[in-house]
Amino acid sequence: MLIPHPLLGPRDAQEFTYLGDAALLNRPDGMAQGAEAAFFDYTYLRDNPAGLHRELWFHEQGDRSWLVVTRDTVTHEIVSAELASDVKRRGGA
Amino acid sequence: MQFNGLRVLWEGLTGHRGWKPLWRDPEPQPEYDIIVVGGGGHGLATAYYLANTFGEARVAVLEKGWLGSGNIGRNTTIIRSNYLLPGNEPFYEFSMKLWEGLEQEFNFNAMVSQRGILNLCHSDGQRDAFRRRGNAMLLAGADAELLDQDGVRAMYPFLNFDNARFPIKGGLLQRRAGTARHDGVAWGYARGADRKGVDLIQNCEVTGFRIEGGAIRGVETTRGYIGAKKVGVAVAGSTGRVMEKAGMRLPIESHVLQAFVSEGLKPCIDGVITFGAGHFYVSQSDKGGLVFGGDIDGYNSYAQRGNLPVVEDVVEGGMALMPMIGRARLLRSWGGIMDMSMDGSPIIDATHVDGLYLNAGWCYGGFKATPASGYAFAHLLATGRPHETATAFRLDRFQRGALIDEKGVGAQPNLH
Ligand SMILES: Cc1cc2nc3c(=O)[nH]c(=O)nc-3n(C[C@H](O)[C@H](O)[C@H](O)COP(=O)(O)OP(=O)(O)OC[C@H]3O[C@@H](n4cnc5c(N)ncnc54)[C@H](O)[C@@H]3O)c2cc1C
Repeated sequence: MLIPHPLLGPRDAQEFTYLGDAALLNRPDGMAQGAEAAFFDYTYLRDNPAGLHRELWFHEQGDRSWLVVTRDTVTHEIVSAELASDVKRRGGA
Repeated sequence: MQFNGLRVLWEGLTGHRGWKPLWRDPEPQPEYDIIVVGGGGHGLATAYYLANTFGEARVAVLEKGWLGSGNIGRNTTIIRSNYLLPGNEPFYEFSMKLWEGLEQEFNFNAMVSQRGILNLCHSDGQRDAFRRRGNAMLLAGADAELLDQDGVRAMYPFLNFDNARFPIKGGLLQRRAGTARHDGVAWGYARGADRKGVDLIQNCEVTGFRIEGGAIRGVETTRGYIGAKKVGVAVAGSTGRVMEKAGMRLPIESHVLQAFVSEGLKPCIDGVITFGAGHFYVSQSDKGGLVFGGDIDGYNSYAQRGNLPVVEDVVEGGMALMPMIGRARLLRSWGGIMDMSMDGSPIIDATHVDGLYLNAGWCYGGFKATPASGYAFAHLLATGRPHETATAFRLDRFQRGALIDEKGVGAQPNLH
């Protein structure tokens, strides 16, 4: 798989390590009401879709940026890749 | 039709004209007492034990493709009970004991071969960890032997003992472990279930659940609605997709695992060997092919095929461990979709819907569990109580913090 890095162009997926669903960007507030349930959900439950999946890849062997990659889990086709910091600044995944 | 040696001889002499299909091809009935969703190893074993052991008469298995078209027909056939944790080891040892009597029990040749599994260690720390694991196995009634380097050398002189980075220091041997014919296991359970009156319904995909007042009433399928008092779901890699229809989000991600087989070679590896430094394991099939595999690809996938980096990684592991395989040619590779759970251990439990039960989270290790998983799931479906060896496989364990994390890597499925 080639990941279209927004700054570096197409890079081999081997340069990256994979974390999982980009919803992990939306870390719950540990001080808020219901934090325990929110953290259970955040840590353990996944949508696990068959189809388009927004997911976090870390460019470990490259510029060490985190990307949000949109990829089809049925065909492995990669639709887009953006910097996770941009996604976060826009308000999360 | 009972199989025996005389029968095989007779058929051989008379042109094999007397064999009949091993199971019926029934039309679905309007209602069953228990429906098992998924005609893989676990679903078929569940139906077999429901009918055979728990005396349930009106049982059906619904399979979207053909029986055994999922992971049961794709795995690398290793059976073993060399787990560490108390929640796991008694269950896998129960499975091992069922394997030992399986072929006599269901009168089918599943080619169960107790050829032994050897896990290699490459450092003092790893040896200590294996000693502890071996003791845990012995405490659960399994067998385990710790071999030193000479012990390993006597078994497999061709291994790369003096590798500069990962010298082989010894290994943990379970002699009762081994391999079984994966398709044969599915066929044996299917035939056994059919003989006890279970309807095995193929080309019948479950597309939804009918739930009324919090209780299951039946399932919607591509062959129409079928009513049921209880429904047990055992669909492995498709668990997320199917349980979503009952409104459930699960502690599971679907990932692809690849496996490989070489061209046929003369007998050279008579047991199962696992490399303790990289991820590589190998055995030799009765046809002579080296059957081997390694890590999952590591990203969510429903594609039933993987990518080249893992092919390279697995083959490198093989070369590091046994350079002699360097000239063997790769014949085939394929992939299957794993239901990777958040702690690497399975779930056999009731759900929030009355009468709807879940069997999932087998990761890359559910083949060895097939007999015990079927038995324990049948026990749960028939009696409403978990089997004594499966009490830890609860769905709410993640919420309670009672994880069964053999590898100790936390809630990241691609690391298990
Ligand atoms: C490459 C590879 C190597 C492996 N090696 C080993 C090994 O060496 N040892 C080991 O212990 N384990 C191994 N495993 C894991 C093991 O194969 C699985 O954990 C186990 O087979 C899963 O249970 P099952 O047999 O019931 O799954 P499956 O055979 O996948 O059964 C699930 C069935 O459900 C059906 N289904 C899905 N959705 C629906 C629906 N909506 N309606 C009706 N039916 C549906 C599918 O078609 C499928 O037939 C390996 C797996 C793979 C892929």
